[in-house]
Amino acid sequence: MATITSKAPSGATGTPGWVRWVNDHRKWLFAAPAMTFVAALLVFPLAWTGYLSLTDAEGSVRAESEFVGFQNYLDVLSDTTRFWPAVGRTATFTGVALLFEMVLGMAIALLLWRPFKGQKWVRVAILLPLVATPVAVGMMWRLIFDPNIGMANQVLGWIGIGPQPWLAGEHTALPTTIFIDVWQWTPMVVLILLAGLTSLSEEPQEAARIDGASTWQRFRHVTLPLLMPTVTVAILLRGIDALKTFDILYATKGRGGGSFHEVETLNVYAYGLSFDYNEYGVSSTVLILFFLIIIGAMWALTARRKEARR
Amino acid sequence: MRPSLAYRVFRVAALTVVVLALVAPLVWMVAAAFKTNVDIYDPGKALVFSPTLDNFGKVLQQANYVTFIVNSLWVAFAATVASLILGLPAAYSMSRFNMRKSALVVLMARIIPGVSLLVPWYYVFSNLRMVGGYEVLIISHMFVSLPLVVYIMMGYFDSLPTELEEAALVDGLTHIGAFRRITLPLSVPGIATAGILSFIFSWNNFMFALVLSDADTKTLPVAIFDFVGYASIDWGGLMAATTVVTLPIMVIALFVQKYVVSGLTAGATKG
Repeated sequence: MATITSKAPSGATGTPGWVRWVNDHRKWLFAAPAMTFVAALLVFPLAWTGYLSLTDAEGSVRAESEFVGFQNYLDVLSDTTRFWPAVGRTATFTGVALLFEMVLGMAIALLLWRPFKGQKWVRVAILLPLVATPVAVGMMWRLIFDPNIGMANQVLGWIGIGPQPWLAGEHTALPTTIFIDVWQWTPMVVLILLAGLTSLSEEPQEAARIDGASTWQRFRHVTLPLLMPTVTVAILLRGIDALKTFDILYATKGRGGGSFHEVETLNVYAYGLSFDYNEYGVSSTVLILFFLIIIGAMWALTARRKEARR
Repeated sequence: MRPSLAYRVFRVAALTVVVLALVAPLVWMVAAAFKTNVDIYDPGKALVFSPTLDNFGKVLQQANYVTFIVNSLWVAFAATVASLILGLPAAYSMSRFNMRKSALVVLMARIIPGVSLLVPWYYVFSNLRMVGGYEVLIISHMFVSLPLVVYIMMGYFDSLPTELEEAALVDGLTHIGAFRRITLPLSVPGIATAGILSFIFSWNNFMFALVLSDADTKTLPVAIFDFVGYASIDWGGLMAATTVVTLPIMVIALFVQKYVVSGLTAGATKG
């Protein structure tokens, strides 16, 4: 098609009618295939999940199910043994991981901001965890944190601290998975913030320096406010992915987030309901609520961003 | 202004700690892959040991990993190519006609938790007898890579000046011709970025293949679990398996570092 059109004489006058039609409608012709693909895989399944959440579907995806209204929502929202603890763990995991990733990420990005010899090697090291397969990363830390043969307890022994249960402990498992998430994804925050820092202009920095501002004052009152849009993007991107964390949790603790559900977040809980217990109605309810939480969190963040811009 | 000596010393020290913290676990994983299970249990042989290839033999021969490597390669490659074919024109249109609402629909795919789509997908694809086939894996991975391609390429097309396309139109090219002969060739760095990122994300994807693949079509991240038994774990085999999955992608990423970084940070500085 394009070869014909490109050989056409000057102006689009000599081209056949259908080529002109394609040209005139290119806006939607270009966008339609991708949009149809996403809509077919997203909008329709999501509507179906919404419908399933109002039924008692379970067992087989082909089994008959009955419409039960909002009964699932009442059940789930009053479930204090699995649902609310999972909400709590999701919030803890996301909040704590995000906090550490932002603070460490900002510190490392500031260290890398000004060019120096050997910076190339630091950047290489930063890239490695980012591209590593999350499931493999989970397995790797499982060996390092093994209570008996792991290197982590070995290192603690050298500095005189007793062995820890790490992933195997009922109360240490969640902090350990948070540590793994921080290890893998702090580099992402570093890269984003570094891109933001590099795009800042030098003049405000210079002006503040001439005015006698200290390093901390320059960071707090010049760099940070200018960098705020990038910081918000980093929080948004990392926050969404942290809420949805699955691979690391499944690789380190297996189904149900461990035998005491110690790392069972909403995503892990919903996966278990769907594919281990085939409770499609209840799992759909959990997923709709989870989705609303994500949308709510995003909305709160973008609203704040718009306000900050004004 | 040159930073003070104290700061430079601090910077070297702090960054050394950072680099060690990021790299040491990976070195540990690769080292364990070359150890016998007895050596893995022996802290005295942490770094000095006689390397063995037995674990890799186990992974590649007994565990049928060659099949899973081919599966992963094929699914990631096909999903990437298909995403570029669908995504490039879409991103172009969305950039040039400022279709921000349409772009938001595509980006929804990045936000929504995959589990919430998997039950309906599983139902539809099992009725079509497609579960366990490559097509359904490729389609599900496209769901990850297509939004990535659109997101990265929209930013890239936004940054391309429109003057060259306008000049091409004056010279007699149609809009389609200008897109194909002017815009696409100018976008090769952006397309490389989008393609590489799409390949990495598809290669690393776990959840979709966990549900939608079967024993013959499973991809590497799912196959890793073959080494995790209920009672015990074959650590040597497991670390060889994780090395086979992660090492190639890390080596590739180092060679195309510039593209990976620009893809991961795409759109981050526009605010």
